[in-house]
Amino acid sequence: MSHAAASTDHEHKPYQQHHFESMEQQTQSTLLGIWLFMAQEILFFGGLFAAYTVYRILYPQAWAMGAGTQNVFLGMVNTIVLIGSSLSIVLAVHSARHNDKKGILKWFALTLLLGLVFFGVKAIEYGTKWDHQLVPGLNWDDGHALHTIQEHAPKNVEINELPKGIQLYYSLYFVMTGMHALHMIIGFGLAIWIMIKAARGRFNAEYYPHVEYFGLYWHFVDIVWIFLFPLLYLV
Amino acid sequence: MNFFAIKTSPIAASEYAREWDKLYAYLMAVSVFFTVAICGVIIFFAVRYRRRSDADRPAPTKDGKLLEILGSVIPFILVMVMFFWGAKLYFDARIPPKDAIEILVTGKQWMWKMQHPNGKREINDLHVPVGVPIKLTMTSEDVIHSFYLPDFRKKMDVLPGKYTQMWFLPEQEGRYHLFCAEYCGTEHALMIGNLHVVSQAEYERWLSTGGTGGMAAAANADDPVAAGQALWEVHCMMACHTGRPGAIGPNIHHAFGTMRELETGEFVLMDENYVRNSMINPNDDIAKGYPAAMTSFRGTLNNNQMNQIIAYLKSVAEDAP
Amino acid sequence: MNDNNTTPPLNYLTNGHTVKSWLLTVDHKRIGILYLIAMTCFFLIGATAATLFRLELATHNANVLANDTYNRLFTMHGIIMVFFFLIPAVPGVLGNFFVPLMIGAKDVAFPRLNLASWYIYMAGGLFTLAAIIGGGIDTGWTFYTPYSSVYADSHVILAGTGVFITGFSSILTGLNFIVTIHKMRAPGLTWMRLPLFIWAQYSTAIINVLGTPVLAITLLLVLAERVLGFGIFDPQKGGDPVLYQHMFWFYSHPAVYIMILPGFGVVSEVLACFSRKRIYGYEFVAFSSLAIAAIGFFVWGHHMFTSSQSPYAGLIFSILTYLVGIPTAIKIFNWTATLYKGSVQLSAPMLYTLGFIGLFLVGGLTGLFLATKAINVHLHDTYFVVAHFHYVMVGGMMMAWLAGLHFWWPKMFGKLYNEFWARVGAVIIFFGFNFTFFPQFIAGYMGMPRRYHVYDIEYQPFQMLSTAGAFFMGIGLIICLVTLVSSLITGKASGKNPWKATGLEWNYASSPPDTHNFTVPIKVDVEAYDYTDERIYQDA
Repeated sequence: MSHAAASTDHEHKPYQQHHFESMEQQTQSTLLGIWLFMAQEILFFGGLFAAYTVYRILYPQAWAMGAGTQNVFLGMVNTIVLIGSSLSIVLAVHSARHNDKKGILKWFALTLLLGLVFFGVKAIEYGTKWDHQLVPGLNWDDGHALHTIQEHAPKNVEINELPKGIQLYYSLYFVMTGMHALHMIIGFGLAIWIMIKAARGRFNAEYYPHVEYFGLYWHFVDIVWIFLFPLLYLV
Repeated sequence: MNFFAIKTSPIAASEYAREWDKLYAYLMAVSVFFTVAICGVIIFFAVRYRRRSDADRPAPTKDGKLLEILGSVIPFILVMVMFFWGAKLYFDARIPPKDAIEILVTGKQWMWKMQHPNGKREINDLHVPVGVPIKLTMTSEDVIHSFYLPDFRKKMDVLPGKYTQMWFLPEQEGRYHLFCAEYCGTEHALMIGNLHVVSQAEYERWLSTGGTGGMAAAANADDPVAAGQALWEVHCMMACHTGRPGAIGPNIHHAFGTMRELETGEFVLMDENYVRNSMINPNDDIAKGYPAAMTSFRGTLNNNQMNQIIAYLKSVAEDAP
Repeated sequence: MNDNNTTPPLNYLTNGHTVKSWLLTVDHKRIGILYLIAMTCFFLIGATAATLFRLELATHNANVLANDTYNRLFTMHGIIMVFFFLIPAVPGVLGNFFVPLMIGAKDVAFPRLNLASWYIYMAGGLFTLAAIIGGGIDTGWTFYTPYSSVYADSHVILAGTGVFITGFSSILTGLNFIVTIHKMRAPGLTWMRLPLFIWAQYSTAIINVLGTPVLAITLLLVLAERVLGFGIFDPQKGGDPVLYQHMFWFYSHPAVYIMILPGFGVVSEVLACFSRKRIYGYEFVAFSSLAIAAIGFFVWGHHMFTSSQSPYAGLIFSILTYLVGIPTAIKIFNWTATLYKGSVQLSAPMLYTLGFIGLFLVGGLTGLFLATKAINVHLHDTYFVVAHFHYVMVGGMMMAWLAGLHFWWPKMFGKLYNEFWARVGAVIIFFGFNFTFFPQFIAGYMGMPRRYHVYDIEYQPFQMLSTAGAFFMGIGLIICLVTLVSSLITGKASGKNPWKATGLEWNYASSPPDTHNFTVPIKVDVEAYDYTDERIYQDA
């Protein structure tokens, strides 16, 4: 093909894809692409937050009582764990900037580890909900649910019946945290792929976009959780 | 078939329908004018400025602002007329008159169940007296349906777990279409019926007899008001809600249709949705000054029984709507 | 430019003949062709469904299809046509092929992502086809709850998954186009020099990126309700089925603009070329696309005037809907004014384009009926609505699609089709279309609800006309298809710029284009549609 010979006006840098005119164009394009991806992610979760808002206004009691059954301590632990993983991914980007391959691998490994801790805690929380028969559709029992809610209610509040819309609270809880977890699982896949690339020495101080953009993605996933935690646990 | 015998417009069966037709005519006039004008201009230009030779090099036209300004302002004025006219027509005819006869409509895959004030029921047919406004209070037992009377230009969705309302004033005796307009499953196209507008006398006669044939006569013709009163007494609601000294609940016996103050300081209208919801979820809206002590009737009362209680409360309301 | 006359250079079509060279290509032109083939298949499936139920609808009683079969056919027609033809047609085929060529880029910004989009589209299509082969789905393309989530006894899960997956193809294509148009324009090609096709693609891409995710999450909630029993929209669990409608139309109304805006772009190109004029009021036409995209996000409630939503919310949705009408009217006036003192040639693409303006005009004006609150109450969910959106989607979008396909066909394949038969096809489609859908306005005005296959005999004349017209239109489509396909074998070579059009794709790329675009760097120094520029008339 005559292409390589034809583009004579400039040298291709090693990391530049052939259809870009310059490295700068490539970098800017990728960055814009990532931000647009974030925008669509926001709209994706936006649909869930819209449903959440509507039902919370309709059924404030269900929300108050549902949130009462959450283990705020575990939620707090997970929030701290995720903030920690955000920090470790920042350090991974920092390592990449300084051409520190070991640093990238080390901080990515820590990020994954913290992610696993998050999943472990989440699994405990889901398991408790399952035991208390608080999973709409799959494992739900009105009597058991009422009992659990009564147990978690403050001492001076007497609850005689399930508030209307309580199943909606749990449905949204599972869908929202589930979608968040799905994003984390995708993040795991991406992280492992980037670690393999890093181990093979594909990045250097001039070229480490994968690391940087993964950082952005991971921050986004964390921010979603930062919203979910107060909305689902603390209302 | 004689082409000219084909009907090309719906019957206008009420004053509202005739008003509707006027607005429709305005929209039609605007549309026909613009369609003819723009298509005419395009055809004229296409012929007048057709390419005569491949060497044609038309001189560029300089963009002017006039077309853009006129092209925004004139349509804007025309559509604002549509907007205000359409909104006024809609809002003027939104609230049913106080003297309307209320008929309960329940949509169900794939039939319409109607219940008249005295309890008489019919399926897919609806008999109403001429000259009296008819208010329909509608709900669905399963999916979303939509109650549609094309000759009256009225339509309202019928939703599960919620009441919606619609009203119309029949002016002429006759038989009119009744359709389900919201797709509701396999036999959606068969969820149709007839609206029979009959004279006052005939309606009275029809109400008091077993029915006028067809599927009209339904099994249970109990008076919902009487049934509701019985339920009211059996379930001890009169102990709580009739304003006796020391009663645990607010007096709602003669309060249907009034505004109620809640513990939160809000006011809500005591209507069908409110009463029904209070029976199912008593703690949603706690009345001001009363404890949250009522237990739910979910599972105790079925849909029909709740409707009967509502009917009873309406019948004894001081200002019956 | 760099035509060399000794050996014909490899073009994108001849550069590799294996199946693998097609299925693993990252060349935006080949991906465009992949979309073209896939989309034509989906279109034919959707059209077959339409043929079958149009036959049924010819008479007022059920004599061809059972209730359930009819319901499954119109649902299949809707889902296939909306999600697998109308939404991806112009962006997927013409957008992929021509956006880079028109802005002087070597490819889209993310070529591999572009191929991935096609595979995602196909994956979604296969799920939907599996649903159809497995027995179909009967919810209507709108998947209204609680029918779809609880009551329907058909393959909602498969079809819903298919649409969900395909949505990501739209998102990624939109993302690709936004980045490409922002970052990869040739030097000198400023925003105000861009062809209007690019402006339209850009506006569409914005809606794709911002609207489609909401559809995705909405469908996901329906699926969660159906599969797991979560009660998000189920009234028995306190859920609100009307919330579903809000979320669905939040995407699906803007989706109407996803379908029609690219058509606006095509029409602007063809109109300028065959009247040899710059599009009158270029800036207004360009920005009206953005205005439509923006306002289009806030009008969804006009699908729900009878749904029990607050009548005051309905008022706001009503007035905003009229406001979308203003930029749309501006476009139509400017297109018409473009013809003034032009050099108008009624070639096949131009016939489709002028047909588009007329039909879209009717579609738009009848939209005003539906935006009017009181009028909407009667016409909602009747054949009036069916006719209205077919005037916009078929009369508008499909005509624009065919205009674009004919216009760029010589560039894509290097062959000229038979102009006479192409014009015959265009005229038959235009009249067949009106014949099919105009009677439906009357049936709807008379109150015939949509999705009825058994209906009162008073509506029969209109349905009969409609069925007859549909066959007429079908003949037109077959003529069109045969004309285009046969040109690949018997057509004369088109040369670089057969229409003497402006635009980088016509003047800086051979027909069919080489694998690599713009190997010699170019610089743009003229406005779009400069038909006084003698350079475009030079070599044929």
